[in-house]
Amino acid sequence: MTTTIAETADEAVAGIEDGSTVLVGGFGLAGMPFDLIDALIRQGAGDLTVVSNNAGNGDVGLAALLAAGRVRKVICSFPRQSDSYVFDELYRAGRVGLEVVPQGTLAERMRAAGAGIGAFYSPVGAGTPLADGKETREIDGRVHVLEHPIKGDVALISAHRADTVGNLVYRRTARNFGPVMATAAGTVVAQVAGIVPAGEIDPETVITPGIYVDRLVRAEARRLTVQGAR
Amino acid sequence: MTTAATVVEHTGRGPLTTEELAARIARDIPAGSYVNLGIGQPTRIAEHLSADSGIVLHTENGMLGMGPAATGDEIDPDLTNAGKVPVTELPGAAYFHHADSFAMMRGGHLDVCVLGAFQVSHHGDLANWHTGDPDAVPAVGGAMDLAVGARQVLVMMKLFTRDGTPKLVPACTYPLTGAACVHRVYTDHGVFATGPDGLRILETYGVTAAELGERLSVELRI
Repeated sequence: MTTTIAETADEAVAGIEDGSTVLVGGFGLAGMPFDLIDALIRQGAGDLTVVSNNAGNGDVGLAALLAAGRVRKVICSFPRQSDSYVFDELYRAGRVGLEVVPQGTLAERMRAAGAGIGAFYSPVGAGTPLADGKETREIDGRVHVLEHPIKGDVALISAHRADTVGNLVYRRTARNFGPVMATAAGTVVAQVAGIVPAGEIDPETVITPGIYVDRLVRAEARRLTVQGAR
Repeated sequence: MTTAATVVEHTGRGPLTTEELAARIARDIPAGSYVNLGIGQPTRIAEHLSADSGIVLHTENGMLGMGPAATGDEIDPDLTNAGKVPVTELPGAAYFHHADSFAMMRGGHLDVCVLGAFQVSHHGDLANWHTGDPDAVPAVGGAMDLAVGARQVLVMMKLFTRDGTPKLVPACTYPLTGAACVHRVYTDHGVFATGPDGLRILETYGVTAAELGERLSVELRI
């Protein structure tokens, strides 16, 4: 389906259902779709499984969604950070589930979902507790672990610029999980700092082609300080 | 099985400081390598790499050609390292998404990574992500991917914990990050090679190899 442009973030996240799996872009605060997450909090969907690299920083973004009690489970690589106190408290109180996945495996499981791969063998995690209960196979003398795709019902991502047909470009390391998550969810919502007419983004520089993007909304980039975030 | 007397003992001095250790590791990173420096102490190695070495730094959140930490007006929330610290880009830098960043790791394209550790076994098992403490929030990040993916895995750590317990052990008691993945261990008291045949000491600082062998309660193949 072609990309639609929403007037507001609230319109962009409309229809997200309770119990959804939501892929949330960003690495720490870089690339975090703050406006979409705030809109999701207002929208009210709960019992969510959130897939993201981290489990929230400070009181904003993912941390705010967690604090609002909307998240049943987090699938991530690195929940524990100097400012992840919202998640830490919920986790210790047994109020949120956690699946820790090695960072590259997290990305590749989503890539597999977006690329129609049924499952894949990776050497990462072999011989560690994160391979417990998983099928293994020795390939070329090395133990590999069978990993299954992670598919989202919805992906909320942030990009730098879009054109009116949904082609996206990112900025510096804020790209991180955006391009992979854009391929791996039923409905992909991108907030961008600017939307230009089709043809104004050089096709050679498009990172996420519009075929992957369902909804766009313009949102001012937030200049959040990253000092002290780990 | 191994040749004798290859160990270099630096006994007229104390153990290496963290800065000296960072400089020592920097000396062993071949010119022209693609290198990932782990979060924490290994990031300090960057300051000891010479500008003409041609070494290119990789950060797993999607960049090659990472420059020094950003200060003042250089700080850009969209440009951070894996520790989420604002950094700069060098001429020739490239950005890519997370799946590509880790594909280049697993695919054997990264020459060297340097990681911190809680424990390393004589055979090169690495434990650096979880103490097993039930109250701790487990967090692995990219450590397992780096441990398996980089062609050379170097560890930078203190040799002993604060209470004097060796961190170089016959078998890790903490949950593993990777099995038989570490090639070299650089510590304040000495440099070691790990491998299927066990531990080999290459250098000591402020202590003799024999003394280290006693404190580590291992048979060091010197």
